[in-house]
Amino acid sequence: MNSKRAAEIREDIRWQEITPGGAVYEGGTASAVKTGDWRVMRPVFHADRCRQCLLCAPTCPDMAIPVKDGKREDFDYFYCKGCGICFKVCPFQAISFEKETHQEVNGDGNP
Amino acid sequence: MKEIVEIRWHGRGGQGAKTASLLLADAAFNTGRYVQGFPEYGPERMGAPITAYNRISRERCTVHSNIYEPDYVVVVDETLLYAVDVTKGLSEEGAVIVNSDKKPEELRGSLHGYQGKICTVDAGRISEETLGKNFPNTPMLGAVVKVSGVIPEENFVKDMRQSFAHKFATKPQMIEGNMRALVKAMQEVLIG
Amino acid sequence: MGIRERLSGNEAVAYALKQINPDVMGAFPITPSTEIPQYFSQYVANGEVDTAFIPVESEHSALSACIGAEAAGARAVTATSSCGLALMWELLYVAASSRLPITLACVNRALSGPININNDHSDSMGARDSGWLQLYAETNQEAYDNMLQAMRIAEHPDVQLPVMVCQDGFITSHAIENIELVETDAVRAFAGQYRPEHSLLGPEPMSVGPYDVPAYYMEHKRHQAQGMINAKRVILDVAREFERMTGRGYGLIETCRMEDAECALVLIGSSAGTAKAAVERLRAAGKRVGLVKIRAFRPFPAEELAAALQNCGAVAVMDKCAGFSAAGGPLFAEVCAALYGAAPRPLLVSYTYGLGGRDVTVDSMERVFGELEETLRTGAAAEPCRWLDVRG
Repeated sequence: MNSKRAAEIREDIRWQEITPGGAVYEGGTASAVKTGDWRVMRPVFHADRCRQCLLCAPTCPDMAIPVKDGKREDFDYFYCKGCGICFKVCPFQAISFEKETHQEVNGDGNP
Repeated sequence: MKEIVEIRWHGRGGQGAKTASLLLADAAFNTGRYVQGFPEYGPERMGAPITAYNRISRERCTVHSNIYEPDYVVVVDETLLYAVDVTKGLSEEGAVIVNSDKKPEELRGSLHGYQGKICTVDAGRISEETLGKNFPNTPMLGAVVKVSGVIPEENFVKDMRQSFAHKFATKPQMIEGNMRALVKAMQEVLIG
Repeated sequence: MGIRERLSGNEAVAYALKQINPDVMGAFPITPSTEIPQYFSQYVANGEVDTAFIPVESEHSALSACIGAEAAGARAVTATSSCGLALMWELLYVAASSRLPITLACVNRALSGPININNDHSDSMGARDSGWLQLYAETNQEAYDNMLQAMRIAEHPDVQLPVMVCQDGFITSHAIENIELVETDAVRAFAGQYRPEHSLLGPEPMSVGPYDVPAYYMEHKRHQAQGMINAKRVILDVAREFERMTGRGYGLIETCRMEDAECALVLIGSSAGTAKAAVERLRAAGKRVGLVKIRAFRPFPAEELAAALQNCGAVAVMDKCAGFSAAGGPLFAEVCAALYGAAPRPLLVSYTYGLGGRDVTVDSMERVFGELEETLRTGAAAEPCRWLDVRG
């Protein structure tokens, strides 16, 4: 039986090593999936205008707005697809929405 | 007994011909024979002519077809003589056993020139007398065993008591009636 | 140690399942397989098995229930026929590709239409490429024995594929015949328990049946194909162990009087027994005839068939399924393919027979041998795709 971890299953895997039926033998594997390189627009966090109302965090469809001790932190661009929902819901203009640059998209998603 | 004895049952849906063929298979099995008991299936229609079959042999029979040249034919309902060619393919060395209150020779004219043995047993009356209802299959079972000799009679009667005890576990009052029906048919069957 | 009994094929399969005591049965009734869940539900009601019986509203749901149960780590079984199998279609592929070794008792019945309740192989033959193993039985004994072996084969880590245990509707399913049963303790020791390395109820979280993108799909299908390839060896290994227990030997195919046969039949199921009687009759008359019965149709025993048939002069491949390829039935096509590389190789003729319960007799089988003899004499099959016992 092939019990590969999800992170080991990449596009160069041979059929002999792949898991039967594509089964995934662990939970939470979405956290390993980089969606940051889907982005053409990027949200930018302005901490000085943020009142920590936390309306933005639950509207994020991925995990791009980390919250720690009841306060949001800067964007985790590894997960940010650039959908702009957080920008729309922020009542305090603490998030701006800007054009992504070519270099940044091809990088690891972080500025 | 021949190496293999083939029996064809003609009945009408709901009369118990299938059950009788399965009971005969049971009884023959209990005497150490290889058996087959199977009905010909189709739409289930009360009163429509149906056919069931038995093969009883000393060695396992591998054939899984219907029986076209039986050694014995059992007719559970006399009216079938006028609806179905019951003796078709029947061995002249064998016999046709009909549920009828007539004498065997009275039926010969209705059997398409069959020259072999004709047997009759008034299974309807026997059933009424012993079971209080028209369940002709038990008397017919007794008659076919008597006529064919396919199972030693003594073993048969003993085994059938056990079979009925099992079959009527929740209706024990049926056991004695069925036993009387069986034995009475074996005594009364007319071999012509 | 065997127990001498007389049972119908359906009773025999239900009894085998009772002895195995699977974890889950999901089933919906359809003629002629209805009796299997019917008898089995009595065992459940009487507390004779520990199985969770899941009554459902359709066969689609019956197999869905089995898929969920099997993925959870349970040994799941079902039974069906004809249109019931057709309604399971999508899930057949889901079960096989998710590598869930579910067991399905298939009681073969014609697949509409015109609607018909009697036997042929059009139902399971249609599912031949769904990724399920398929074992076929000639008798009630074989249906019982195949059921006892099925789960060991399907659940083997090198296989991990679901299995259909097929028998002929009414012809064996509803016919009472002698049978030798194995004692229940021995069955349970032989069949064991389903112990998958991973399951939904296992210690680690798990996802079953995820969406697959082109980058991985072919690797998954190749892996699945290997399970079917490996099954040939596993079927034989399990059969050897079964023979040690019962004395009854099984292979992928069974041959009868093939040692010097000039003319032979290849066929599946109960009619093989009828054909054996024809073979014996013709052998007694000095004819060199034999037959090959296929037990495992999936995996297909191509090499074994080639070895058994290549020295014959003429072979009739008998399909109890019309196929509608306009080039013979599915068994015919696969036997032709199996023999293509063989040298020498026999003349091959396709016979479509026994559809919708058309009775198959010893005389009919003798007639096929007669026609084969003629084919052999003239050296060419004038009509390679023939229909047996059809008026016209």
